[in-house]
Amino acid sequence: MTQYVIRRLIQAIPTFFGITIISYALMLGTPGGPIKAMFFGQRIPPEEIERRELALGVNDPLPIQYLRWLVGDDWMRRDTDGDGIADTAFLIPLDVNGDGEPEPPGDRYGILRGDFGRSFFHKRPAIDVLVERLPATLELGFSGLIVGLVLGLPIGVLAAINQGRWFDQVSRVGAVVVNALPNFWLALLLLLLFGSTLGWLPLGNRCRTTLDDTCPPITERLEYLILPTVVLAAGAVATYSRYMRASMLDVVNQDFIRTAYSKGLSSRVVWLRHGLRNAMLPIATLLGPSITFLLGGAVITETVFSWPGVGRLAVNAVGQRDFPVVMIVVIYAAMATILGYLLSDLMYAILDPRIRYEK
Amino acid sequence: MSAHNSVAHLDSETKVDQYVKSRSYWETALLRIRQDRLTMVALTILLCITMMSALAPFITSNILHLDPNQTNPTQNFLPPGTGPYILGTDDIGRDQLARLLHAGGVSMRIGIFGAAFSLSIGVSMGVISGYFGGMVDDVMNWLITTIDSIPSLYLLILFAAIFSPSAETLILVISLISWTSSMRLIRGQTLALREQEYVIAARALGANAWRIMFVHIVPNLISITIISMTLTIAGLILTESALSYLGLGVQPPQATWGNMLSKSQQFFRQGPHLVIFPGLMIFITVLCAYVIGDGLRDAFDPTIRNR
Repeated sequence: MTQYVIRRLIQAIPTFFGITIISYALMLGTPGGPIKAMFFGQRIPPEEIERRELALGVNDPLPIQYLRWLVGDDWMRRDTDGDGIADTAFLIPLDVNGDGEPEPPGDRYGILRGDFGRSFFHKRPAIDVLVERLPATLELGFSGLIVGLVLGLPIGVLAAINQGRWFDQVSRVGAVVVNALPNFWLALLLLLLFGSTLGWLPLGNRCRTTLDDTCPPITERLEYLILPTVVLAAGAVATYSRYMRASMLDVVNQDFIRTAYSKGLSSRVVWLRHGLRNAMLPIATLLGPSITFLLGGAVITETVFSWPGVGRLAVNAVGQRDFPVVMIVVIYAAMATILGYLLSDLMYAILDPRIRYEK
Repeated sequence: MSAHNSVAHLDSETKVDQYVKSRSYWETALLRIRQDRLTMVALTILLCITMMSALAPFITSNILHLDPNQTNPTQNFLPPGTGPYILGTDDIGRDQLARLLHAGGVSMRIGIFGAAFSLSIGVSMGVISGYFGGMVDDVMNWLITTIDSIPSLYLLILFAAIFSPSAETLILVISLISWTSSMRLIRGQTLALREQEYVIAARALGANAWRIMFVHIVPNLISITIISMTLTIAGLILTESALSYLGLGVQPPQATWGNMLSKSQQFFRQGPHLVIFPGLMIFITVLCAYVIGDGLRDAFDPTIRNR
């Protein structure tokens, strides 16, 4: 088991590097590059921009630039005698701009050590901007997930028990309809009805706007959570109920269920004790996507409801060409996905005694 | 009935009608679709939407006599049914119906061409990866795991930030991201087909790998590809509309169903019709595509015979 966990972790490493390469390549592909975006809209003379660009290493070969972004440059250009000027250099030149004077030592730590650079827009480390948005995303993700599970699983079980009857048909049609509904449109319709026309619920945001940008405890602002949760949970209910139904029907066609019936057990006991317990197993695979769902933030839902979470941060950062923030959100979301896959594999290994993960 | 008897019946020609005419796989599938009322309804609706969208320029200029991009600030937020504006006007007085029709053209184009692109990548990669296995498969697996690990909306946002997309670049970008799911599907099927006797026979006769892949394996993947195509079209229309809603997809004044909704949130009071209709178009189109996909799956499934 430990071996399996280690092997899965090692497998995640090339995926992680693939993600960093894709995102870095995309960032470099921006017209003018990220450095131009950094100085965009500031009154800085062109020569000054050029000088700063050189100091940031735009002329280094691409692999070196990627390496610097990944692991930093504090070890590439070092200051050993403490006078604030670099005296040893590795991979990159000591004197970047060719004026005969060596440059100050490198001060970047690289994303592997949590340094995603400073947000161009917020003028703070990008990682702080992300961490600040996490509670809102977790809050919404968690409530969406709970509602999705609480409604979705029983609906799936009931649909399986009533296979082919009206409840099954209705839940099937419901799932298709929900899947075909663009979630932002569902959000807009709910806002139009409950927020604007009836005026029962707020038109978005996480709480009433305050001066210091903080929100009261969640119990005092539940009305803000209702609509976004409904939108998020709708998709989850559709997925979970379909999955649960299929899993349940798989199980009840097996021999041990027939044995249970022939022992004379009531169908209630057979379905709930024997059927449900085994049908819950494949649901463990849904844990992965659920973790992603919980951590990754809901770009659309957060944007429609002005919910200050990670997803909305990404949309805003793209609009502001705030590349450090865009990059950290993308990499964070990708890591949440990798973690989700990993956990769902592990859950499966733990829960299902039939699966042995040797070699 | 003994074998002897049935031969006798066949010989007597008068009874021939009693025997069920044997139909090919495709004939059976076609017959089943024609009998499946729900799928036929969905197919008709989708065909209508596609036709209307394709003929949008003609319809708007010759029948409605309106220009989808003609602004008219004095005539804004008119409710549906006012004067020539069947579905009302938007915030700067453009006719909503004309815009919906033109938008349909963009959305359908992105859906259909994007799906075609996405599937051609997915199918060829899937067949190659599944057939060759080994190193090729490992590299391909790493690639799709990596692409799938970045939630697609984030990846699209990143792409969109870089090339402020036109419909054409959007088709390219969306298909470059969405091919992984069809690739997985096709790869799995290819793995199974590779071990079939007729493939082994072809190999024994000296057919090379490419011939086996494209003459013997791909034709057997057509039905699953068609099903996958309908579902991909639906998915891409949803993705495109979400992206355009966020303001990162096709840019105004070119209307798409998604970007028509992007400002609608501000117009709840003046123009609820601006919220309802574009979304309804997306919903109906996607729903029809899903229903058709479902119908096709049943029609192509050889295990469900003669329901």
